[in-house]
Amino acid sequence: MSSDTSTTTTERGRIRVSGFDVDRVEERDPLSSWEPGLQAKEGRGRLEFAWLRFKRNRLALFGGAVIAFMVLLAVFARPIQAPPGVPLLGGQTIQPLSLAPADPAAQNIITGYTEPTLENTLAWPPTGLHLFGTDWAGRDILSRIMYGGRWSLSIGFIAVAVALLVGVPLGSIAGYYGGKIDELIMRFVDMLYAFPFIVLAIAVIAVLGRGYWEMILALVAVGWLPYARIIRGEILSVKENDYVTAAKALGSRDRSIITRHILPNAMAPVIVQATLSIGTTVLAAAALGFIGLGLSPASAEWGVMLNVEQDAIARGRWWAGAFPGLAIFLFVMAINLVGDGVRDAFDPQGDTQQSGGFR
Amino acid sequence: MSDGEPLLRVENLEKYYKSDSDFIDRILGRQRDVEAVDGVSFEIREGETLGLVGESGCGKSTIGRSVLQLREPTAGSVYFKGRDITELSANELRDLRKEMQIIFQNPQSSLNPRLTVNDIIGEALDIHGIEDDAVSRDQRIKELLERVGLNATHASRYPHEFSGGQLQRIGIARALAVDPDFIVCDEPVSALDVSVQAQILNLLEDLQDEFGIAYLFIAHDLSVVEHIADQIAVMYLGKIAEVGTPTELFTAPQHPYTEALLSAIPEPDPLWEGDRILLEGSVPSPIGPPSGCRFHTRCPRVIPPADYEFGQDEWRAVLSLRHQVSDRELAVESLAEAADGPVTDAIRAETGVPETLSDPEAEGVVSEAVESLAAGEFEAAETALNTFETPCATDEPALRDVDAGRIACHLFDPAYEAEPGGGRADRDAGDSGVPVDD
Repeated sequence: MSSDTSTTTTERGRIRVSGFDVDRVEERDPLSSWEPGLQAKEGRGRLEFAWLRFKRNRLALFGGAVIAFMVLLAVFARPIQAPPGVPLLGGQTIQPLSLAPADPAAQNIITGYTEPTLENTLAWPPTGLHLFGTDWAGRDILSRIMYGGRWSLSIGFIAVAVALLVGVPLGSIAGYYGGKIDELIMRFVDMLYAFPFIVLAIAVIAVLGRGYWEMILALVAVGWLPYARIIRGEILSVKENDYVTAAKALGSRDRSIITRHILPNAMAPVIVQATLSIGTTVLAAAALGFIGLGLSPASAEWGVMLNVEQDAIARGRWWAGAFPGLAIFLFVMAINLVGDGVRDAFDPQGDTQQSGGFR
Repeated sequence: MSDGEPLLRVENLEKYYKSDSDFIDRILGRQRDVEAVDGVSFEIREGETLGLVGESGCGKSTIGRSVLQLREPTAGSVYFKGRDITELSANELRDLRKEMQIIFQNPQSSLNPRLTVNDIIGEALDIHGIEDDAVSRDQRIKELLERVGLNATHASRYPHEFSGGQLQRIGIARALAVDPDFIVCDEPVSALDVSVQAQILNLLEDLQDEFGIAYLFIAHDLSVVEHIADQIAVMYLGKIAEVGTPTELFTAPQHPYTEALLSAIPEPDPLWEGDRILLEGSVPSPIGPPSGCRFHTRCPRVIPPADYEFGQDEWRAVLSLRHQVSDRELAVESLAEAADGPVTDAIRAETGVPETLSDPEAEGVVSEAVESLAAGEFEAAETALNTFETPCATDEPALRDVDAGRIACHLFDPAYEAEPGGGRADRDAGDSGVPVDD
């Protein structure tokens, strides 16, 4: 060896690397008690990490609390009875509590507007107590706001849920299959986007008439478009991952590839968008109510209440418009706080500002 | 190991993609084909490994995926156990997935981050209805994990809790779950560090010994393939340039491209002074690839035209002049501005063509071309230079048997007055089927 190394050569392989002896690496004494890789005690999905981050966001938690409070008020404002058609429970009372101080429909045309008052605060039942005053027909505004939340809030949640049910499958199909199907669906989306929202909503309501489900339909008709776009874009990038190819190589069906491998990894931006748009949807419903395209004028939906009292403020009856408006504002603000919190929670880089880890 | 029908036989596999184009191009039919894989044939016997090497973009991975029917081939047949699987229905193909599997390059992206290891491996079992009973299913997953060298208690963990080597082992366990006879390994170790590479390679070899699995082992690293393969196929731009056992491949005669690849393997010996063959230019685009032999634009050993007497250096220089002319790459105007003497000399100096060529006839052709160039007439120059005909640019070479392996190169074709091949005959090693081990 020693004489060989003194001269240069063109022959390969005089030096062989022999450090790849796996047995020696595996059987050697451990240098420390540290075990590589597997520090985590139990499996934690991204959802769990997102929840941990969300819990630390106080503003978002505050928003969540406000929403929960409003939902509870709406549910327990008046007793709920099952509709007579339902088997077993038909006609029975499901929810007996009645938190609203007065019947939201009880009128007193003769007195009409009453200013907000703290009289009879301690009396129970609080007859004659009108914390938020009464409207033109003498109906208690506080009770109407509590009761009306049933419409305003449920429209937001239901319209967004239905829009998700329409937009996500369509966007997924467009993104996953591509080609002609993709063109067809996405050009249809572009076409609907070309209409101003209010024009489309007016058209839908003009055809179907006013009503709760008609309004939801009008909101869904435009509401599903952003979800289809977002999910399609996400899927275009997620489907390039090798685990999708692996699933195909294992013989998975397209449906299970989409629902099991692609959608869970593509949903985060859609969830954020959906949370944020509950607020916009409630606003849109209120706007439709305000221009007279919402529910019937007798209903307690917040937008409708504003519409009915349009000129009340000008006449000095500020409470008739201020409290329903405040309710809308509070709910939309709360949902936006939650939406921001959800977005930050799904952003893995959101941890950097609090680098101390979990405390 | 049967001598009859090989486990996998690929015949004239072609996979063309449509080039990116906009809507207007599509309407006008201006799309062009990207010839990713163009007429590739090979065989893999039971329990054997075929290594597939080549530089990035030469179509290795496309072959791997076309063989598994994950991308539908444009043309050609893939026979697996005697059946042409390019013609199977979706359901028949699903059954076949039990017998052929794939391992990926990037272990991070090949495992779904939202599923536990148990779910990832269990999915394979569920799809094909293996181990329906929950207890035996868990048992089987534990066995698989232990077989690939992982702790069975890790089954409930998520992929992000593992290191790269461990993830690759999980990927292997997933492929093994359906008990396949054939696995495509798509650069399974390129993303791992060297010590882990060796562990994974050893694991793959052990599994082959134990279960008799055949591998199509795709890699860009010849030293990795040499370690594991029974046969090696070298690819260049969608075609196979040379096939042989590792010993055959590493001994002359070799395809000029193989020679260049081998010369590029790093050598740890500080006193080693081997010649590195540096290839000119870059890989041509697979959109409208070069005619004849696809390597002729970069080949250091292009056959000179029979009618002229060329030195190899002169011929190489003339060829490079020709490529620059046909690509309109030569900046004659700026050369003319910078030149002290005649423009023709400047052009010759720029392209490395000597002042005068040894063959007067050839010199006549070249000087005519250079003068046309000086006058800015590229077309005339191109016509003049095209009088030099080489079989490498016109005829497509086929794979033919030589002393060591099979090579697609006109140098080894007796029809074109080849230079003497030489080299030892080590063919025996190829038929024994024993993995080449150090």
